[in-house]
Amino acid sequence: MTWSRVGLPAVIVLMALTFSVLNPNFYSALNLRNVARQSAILSLTACGQTMVVLSGGFDLSVGMVIGLISVAASLVMVETGLWTGMLAGVLMGVGIGASNGVMVAKMHLPPFIATLAMLSAARGVALILSGGLPITDLPRDFRWLGAGQVLTLPLPAVIAAIVFVGCHLLMKKTRFGRYVYAIGGNEEAATYAGVPVARYKISVWALHGLLVGVAAVVLTSRAVSGHATLGEGAELESIAATVIGGTALGRGRGSIANTLLGVVAMGILTNGLNLVNVSTYYQMVAMGVIIAGAVYVDQWRHRGD
Amino acid sequence: MTPGAPLVEMRGIVKAFGAVEALRGADLTLGVAEVLGLVGDNAAGKSTLMKILTGVHRPDAGEIVFEGRAVAFHSPRDSRALGIEMIYQNLALAPNLDVVGNVFLGRERTKRVLPRVMEWLDERRMDAETRKILDRLKIRMDSVRAPVARLSGGQQQAVAIARAVSFNARVVVMDEPTASLAVKEVGKVLALVSELRAKQVSVILISHRLQDVFTVADRVMVLRGGRGALDTRIGDTTMDEVVKYIVGADTGGLSHLASGR
Ligand SMILES: Nc1ncnc2c1ncn2[C@@H]1O[C@H](COP(=O)(O)OP(=O)(O)OP(=O)(O)O)[C@@H](O)[C@H]1O
Ligand SMILES: [Mg+2]
Repeated sequence: MTWSRVGLPAVIVLMALTFSVLNPNFYSALNLRNVARQSAILSLTACGQTMVVLSGGFDLSVGMVIGLISVAASLVMVETGLWTGMLAGVLMGVGIGASNGVMVAKMHLPPFIATLAMLSAARGVALILSGGLPITDLPRDFRWLGAGQVLTLPLPAVIAAIVFVGCHLLMKKTRFGRYVYAIGGNEEAATYAGVPVARYKISVWALHGLLVGVAAVVLTSRAVSGHATLGEGAELESIAATVIGGTALGRGRGSIANTLLGVVAMGILTNGLNLVNVSTYYQMVAMGVIIAGAVYVDQWRHRGD
Repeated sequence: MTPGAPLVEMRGIVKAFGAVEALRGADLTLGVAEVLGLVGDNAAGKSTLMKILTGVHRPDAGEIVFEGRAVAFHSPRDSRALGIEMIYQNLALAPNLDVVGNVFLGRERTKRVLPRVMEWLDERRMDAETRKILDRLKIRMDSVRAPVARLSGGQQQAVAIARAVSFNARVVVMDEPTASLAVKEVGKVLALVSELRAKQVSVILISHRLQDVFTVADRVMVLRGGRGALDTRIGDTTMDEVVKYIVGADTGGLSHLASGR
């Protein structure tokens, strides 16, 4: 685990130094607050993704599901009000996550197929509901969720911090976390030890879905409208933060703490590249290279395990 | 339970995996504090029969009686609750968890943080208990906090043995427990089997090493083609005879009589 203890922190410091030399604005309080705000959404999806990956799965549907929830929660909000809309969004997340979980744990579909199917279905429903148009006229108070502050800290970042701490404790201190690791490490061993594997798998997917639901609601608040395309790329970003942090795909190795570093690294990288005017298109290319590289390096370091 | 009645009885167990008939009406009895050697050729159905006893597989037909009561196991959790433990042939360890995590997998010790709401793993207690278990079994391990993926094959086998024998088991099934052990370690395992018997624990020992079976077992049972071919007290047979029943040569009608009991 030297990568997450030494290598990645060093890379983060190096990136921060480089960007602050290239652009003095990097270290302004305003910009750092921006990084925190932008990283908040990624924190939520990456925490969920990490737990799913630790259990031996992974989720390609995050982005489209965010779009679907954004649209659906906005519609409910317009019809019935602020709180019911937000609640509907979060509950939809739980339901969709649990459905992915049932496909993986009960129907034994490979996570790749299950979540690709969910991605397609979610996109379809989102476009049917929205007709491809943004849903506006959301309640005024709703803006506070994405733009508000708690003691000068952006509210989304506070939510993200709470989620990080909660997920960390859950994975390290509880039976639930222990079983998620065991299932990811050797599902057969977990079964033989009497762990109700299917139930725990569905639970971890549902929990991930809950975080995706929260992310969708916060993102909708920041966009001040519901969009079917709101979460574009979120699945790749969350997988990237997970693997850059050093959590291995399909081996039950890694941690939420690793992913915190992965999120910080991604946040600084994206923000820094924006500050030095590298276009989003090039950033997409970079993301692809980084994901492939991170997984390759991880496999290379653990060959023969 | 009447005195002398068997602890475990499996009757007419049938199990097919698709077209493969792994078990075709196998019977097995195990007394209290009895060591039963279970032998047979590769693919004879030994592991499958034991996995049915622990609730990993459910039989297509047949019944299991424990302490005189018919039981149906839906998961290994059910059999564990009755004190049936198994060391699986492939060990079934989680390589990413440490020794403590594997020994206590499925029966973690917890402490209350908020009563009824939140329980945390009691790592300190599990750590201490694991050390005690390893000490008692004279297993040396540099660190109980190392992921088992980093242990040697023999050490991994020791972890699997430790977790099966240390929690008030009444029946311990050992599926090839000495496969990756050095000669000296094999002796330790056989001594452990005798020790378990002395503590009134029953043991089913699966082994391809007949000399091990003849050293510790009270009875030996041969499975062939998913059915019992021989079931006898160790004193009433010889290794040569057992080998004959395993390979099925020259036993013709005899095997029928033996399995019909
Ligand atoms: N989960 C399974 N799925 C399909 N077939 C299985 C399964 N488990 C066992 N079998 C088949 O059932 C038969 C009996 O296998 P089993 O593992 O019980 O044999 P065994 O006596 O333990 O052999 P060995 O000495 O090689 O361990 C074999 O033909 C095997 O291929
Ligand atoms: Mg076997």
